[in-house]
Amino acid sequence: MLTLTIPRRLMAVQAMGRRSAAVAERNVAALKTAYALVMVGGLLEPVLYLFSIGVGVGALVGDIPLPGGRVVGYAEFVAPAMLASSAMSGALSETTFNFFGKMKFMRLYEGMLATPVRPIEIALGELSWAMARGSLYSGAFLAIMVAMDLTTPARALVAFPASMLVGFAFGALGMTISTLMRGWQDFDMIGAGMFVLFLFSGTFVPATAYPDVLRWLVEITPLYRAVDLIRGLSLGTAGLVQLLDVLYLLAMLIVGLMVAGRRMERLLCK
Amino acid sequence: MNSLIHARGLIKRFGDFTAVDGIDVDVRAGEAFGFLGPNGAGKSSTMRMIGCVSPPSGGVLQILGMDPRRDGPRIRARLGVCPQLDNLDPELTVLENLTTYARFFGISRKTARDRAAELLDFVQLGERAGSKVEPLSGGMKRRLTIARALVNEPDVVLLDEPTTGLDPQARHLVWERLFRLKQQGVTLVLTTHYMDEAEQLCDRLVVMDGGRIVAEGSPRELIEAHSTREVVELRFPTQDQGAYAEKLAGIGERVEVLPDRVLLYVADGDDALAEVHRRSLSPASSLARRSSLEDVFLRLTGRTLVD
Repeated sequence: MLTLTIPRRLMAVQAMGRRSAAVAERNVAALKTAYALVMVGGLLEPVLYLFSIGVGVGALVGDIPLPGGRVVGYAEFVAPAMLASSAMSGALSETTFNFFGKMKFMRLYEGMLATPVRPIEIALGELSWAMARGSLYSGAFLAIMVAMDLTTPARALVAFPASMLVGFAFGALGMTISTLMRGWQDFDMIGAGMFVLFLFSGTFVPATAYPDVLRWLVEITPLYRAVDLIRGLSLGTAGLVQLLDVLYLLAMLIVGLMVAGRRMERLLCK
Repeated sequence: MNSLIHARGLIKRFGDFTAVDGIDVDVRAGEAFGFLGPNGAGKSSTMRMIGCVSPPSGGVLQILGMDPRRDGPRIRARLGVCPQLDNLDPELTVLENLTTYARFFGISRKTARDRAAELLDFVQLGERAGSKVEPLSGGMKRRLTIARALVNEPDVVLLDEPTTGLDPQARHLVWERLFRLKQQGVTLVLTTHYMDEAEQLCDRLVVMDGGRIVAEGSPRELIEAHSTREVVELRFPTQDQGAYAEKLAGIGERVEVLPDRVLLYVADGDDALAEVHRRSLSPASSLARRSSLEDVFLRLTGRTLVD
């Protein structure tokens, strides 16, 4: 009995992986110059923030004392937050705007669902694609951080998979949000939400600078957890709290994917 | 059991609305099977259930001997689907639309390329392989969608209104390709609200109305069972065509009054026309023709197919 079910399970997982990969492959085929330009834009944004605020404003702010007692330069403090935010916005733009367009307007997924591909596999495939794109940004940005001596190469290597996890988690969230969207007008709200997170997730100021209630509010937001994780890794101060961050983001990824898959099934397989 | 599609008491409900209300269907290997009916008859809902993208609300449905609720991916691997609305990928070229789609079936890249080239030739789009989808005409897009439905060498091809919205020339080209497929032994299941399409392509069909099947058979059988051999269409120069019904009584088996004309169901059209003139009735125009599925539908439901 057991020996029969295990290979079948394995084959099912294999087929699932293969079909998800085919979904991602479609995006590679669709990748044309115009889109490549948009992708360069995605890399530029965090770099510009890093220079204008991290380096520019940083010259006025001076050094920042961390809760652990260590003192770091402002650019060193801001850079990991920019990495986390760009992982978020990259993942969200792919899984909201693009995903929604493919689902509602190009009706691409209806065509895919007429094949053996299942809704959860579309979700997985699209998410992997968003991540392939996101990891390109993250890798480039980490290289810049190392070049500017804002982190060490070893720490950057650890921060890289962490930034992928951040992207995955936000991508899954974005996909879930997309299945709840009524039309394009709702996307303004996503943009506004992202901007609020970007400003108040311990990105530019340590969360400890806020009054207690606000601080508590900030600390439960997903971007704060992402910033906390990547900052801990890139500054080399990571501890048990960062383990909590990882669990938080993993939960977000799994729940997001499951909800997105189920919602897609309800929307497309009526 | 050798039917590829087997349904008993199949039901599809959307909330309070029942789109498909307990239908029995059997499609055998190699035949071209049609669902004929007006818009809203439940044809597309039935097709979506057969395509395993819409779970049945009740009844039995077996496709290729499998249960769509459990074996969806395995069944879909052996189906080809041409949906009513083209959902080709606008960001890909004509050729890429086929090769990318093949990958969803787990077909290797090499095989996908070979098959795509073959299929583009089959649907006469070989010269447009590198073009985007957008500039293609409606007929070309439909042919491309049909080619896409064939990329996995399916056992059954589902075509939902394959020629709706196409001009006559484009329709004939699609019909000709579908007929070619039929000759190759591919099982075709199609929906249509065009009686000429059903007559041209279907070996056997069911007439649907309001989610139910109201008749079943070959086009010829249906016409023989539910209509006379010939029909005379008369248009009288008046607002009220019905006023003439009484005066025409007894000429044929049946008189049907439509808003713009009167239909006489008769064995011989010319004899009937002679009788109309003998009664000194002078229609503005008259036409004697063979009975069609349109007449069958009118007889069975009291309504015309295309409103």
